[in-house]
Amino acid sequence: MRETVKLNYGGAVNAALARSLDDYPEAILFGEDVAVPGGVFGVTRGLRKAFGPRVFDTPISETAMLGAAIGSAMMGRRPIVEIMWMDFMFVAFDQIVNQASNVRYVSEGRLTAPLTIRTQQGNAPGACAQHSQNMEALLLHVPGIRVAMTSTPQDAYDVLRSAVACDDPVVVIENRSLYAGPKAEIEIGGDPAPIGGHRLRRPGADVTVVTWGSITSRVLAGADRLAAEGIDAEVIEAVWLNPFDHAAVAASVARTGRLVVVHEANTTGGFGAEVVARVVESGATLKSPPRRIGARDSRIPAAVGLAAAVLPQEDDIVSGLRAAVAG
Amino acid sequence: MTTDDHLADLHAMWRIRVLEEKILELRLAGDVVGSVHLSNGQEAVAVGVCGQLRKQDAVFATYRGHGWAMARGVPAFPILAEVLARTAGVNGGRGGSAHFSAPEYGFYGENSIVGAGAPIATGAALASTFDKSGRVVVTVFGDGAMNQGAVPEAMNFAAAMNLPVIFVCENNKYSELTPINDMVRNPDLSARATALGIPATRVDGNDAAEVAAATALAIQTARHGLGPTFIEAHTRRIVGHYIGDAQQYRPEGELEADLAAEPIVRLSHQLIASGVAADTVDAARRRAVTEIEEAARRALAASAADPATALEHLYA
Repeated sequence: MRETVKLNYGGAVNAALARSLDDYPEAILFGEDVAVPGGVFGVTRGLRKAFGPRVFDTPISETAMLGAAIGSAMMGRRPIVEIMWMDFMFVAFDQIVNQASNVRYVSEGRLTAPLTIRTQQGNAPGACAQHSQNMEALLLHVPGIRVAMTSTPQDAYDVLRSAVACDDPVVVIENRSLYAGPKAEIEIGGDPAPIGGHRLRRPGADVTVVTWGSITSRVLAGADRLAAEGIDAEVIEAVWLNPFDHAAVAASVARTGRLVVVHEANTTGGFGAEVVARVVESGATLKSPPRRIGARDSRIPAAVGLAAAVLPQEDDIVSGLRAAVAG
Repeated sequence: MTTDDHLADLHAMWRIRVLEEKILELRLAGDVVGSVHLSNGQEAVAVGVCGQLRKQDAVFATYRGHGWAMARGVPAFPILAEVLARTAGVNGGRGGSAHFSAPEYGFYGENSIVGAGAPIATGAALASTFDKSGRVVVTVFGDGAMNQGAVPEAMNFAAAMNLPVIFVCENNKYSELTPINDMVRNPDLSARATALGIPATRVDGNDAAEVAAATALAIQTARHGLGPTFIEAHTRRIVGHYIGDAQQYRPEGELEADLAAEPIVRLSHQLIASGVAADTVDAARRRAVTEIEEAARRALAASAADPATALEHLYA
C-alpha cells in the first residue's frame, strides 16, 4: 500500500529496512550495535523489537559479519548488514572484493549472494582522517558489486528497498550528516524499483553537472547562485553508481556541450574520471574541456578549517562551473 | 567399524589419491595450466569428515580442495573437466583447480584466500538457525589459516551466536612453505578454540576412523543446538604445497617417515594384518584407477570453455 509520510533521511532508511524485513521473511539485519542499541546513529531503532531475532547485534568483527552475510545469503537468507563507517570496510575488504563479488560469477550462477551492505561515509565537522573518507571508487573498480549512494529521504527509502530486492551484493552508501536532516514528504510502500537510473535534480542548458552523495545539495546551491549570473546548469545526481547511467549523462552532454563532475572523494582515481572518460570516448563534441571537482588528493584533517581547504566547497563548485562555461 | 567400512574408506581415499595423481600428470603434461595444490597424504581427513555428513550439510574448503569435493560426492569427471578448463567442468572452467564449487553436492567451494572460507561457513550456519533445516556446516582450513584474522573472528562469531559449524584444521605441519611451529608460540592450535569457549579436540588426521568419530560428536553437538566444535586433525602433506614446490624446507628423512605413515599405506597394512586378502585391499586402488582413467579420458575429450561466455553470470 502506497502512502505519503513525513520522514527525515534516517527515518526513511528505517522505514525501508522495516518494509524490507516485512516483504522478505528471509531477510535478516545485523551489525555492530544495530539491534538492541538501535544503531549509533539511531537509524535501526525499533527494528529489534518489531522483528525479534531476525535483527541482531554482532561482535566488532567486520570480516565475520560480512562473511556471515555472504554465507547466509548463499543459503537462502537475504542479509542486510551494517558497516558502521565506510572506513571500517577495509579491515574486511577481502570479503567484498574476493568473496561476495565472485559468488555468482565463478559458480556460473549456481550460487548467489543477495546481500545488502549499508554503510555511510564522508567528512563531518571534527571527524578524524579514519572516519572521513569517500571510497566509492574502490568499490566501483570491482565487477560483481552494485553500488548506490543517496542524499534525499525519498532515495534513501527507494534505493535501499531496491538494493534489498536485488539478487546481487549491493553496497548502499549513506552519509551520517543527512540522517537527522529535515523531514520531507516521501512516498513509501510501493514495489521496489529495479536498480539503476539517475535523478535529474535541475534541468539546464549550459553545462551538465554530474554528482552523487551528500555534496549534491552543495552543487545545487552553487547552481542556484550561478543562475543569478545567467548560467543555467543541469544537475544529474547519480544515485546508482553501478550500474551507472552513462546514457543519461551522454544525452545531457549532447545538449549542453559541457561536463563537470563533482564528488567529495579524491580527484585522482575518483569515479569522476570514469564519467569524463566515457563521455570523451563517445566522441561527444564539447564546447570546453571536461572538468573534475573533487577532494585535493590529501589526507583529511580533523580541524574543520583544514578539512574545508581539502574538500570541495560551494565556492569551488561555483568557480569550476563558471570556468567550464567560460572555457 | 567393520572391515567393509574400512575398505570403503580405503577406496574413498584411493579415489582422491588417484585423482590428484592424474591431475599432477595432466599438469606436468601441460594439459592443466596454473597453480595446483594437491592433497596427497591428507585424504583421511576429508574422507573421515564427509562420511559423517548428510546431503543437506555444507562443506567450505580451501584451494587444496579436490579431495573434499570428491569426498562430498562430486564425480571425478566434472572435477577433472574443471581443472582442464572445459565447459563440462563443475563451474565451466571459471573456478579452476583452486576455486570451484558444487553446491548440488553440498560442496560450497574451495577458497583461494587463506582463512576466508571460515566466516562464510559461519554465515551458512547462521542460516541454519533461521531455516530450521538442521544443516551442519563444516569449514576446513590449514594450520596457516589459524594465523589469519578471519578464522578467529569467525570462531568467536560462531561461539557467541552458538552456530552449528565445525571448524576443521588440517594441521599438516607447514603453513605453505614455513613450519607452523616457527610461527606460533603455542603449538597446540586447538587451545585457541578452547580459549574462545569452543569444545576442541586433536585427532590423528591420518586415521579416517578417528576423524569420523570426532566429527560424529561434533555433528551431534551442532544438531542439538550446542554450537561449534573445533577439530585439529594432524596429518602430513606428502607432496609440495603446490606442483613445482621444491620442498627444500623439509628436514632430511621427514618425507620418508611421512610416506610410511600416510593414511592409505597405513590402512592397507592394517587391513592385511587383520586378515583381509591383499588382492581385496588392492581392489580398492584398481577400482579407483579404472574410474579416474575413464573420467580423465572423457574430460580431455570434452570441449574447452567458450570465450563467448566469459562475461556471463556477472550479475543477476
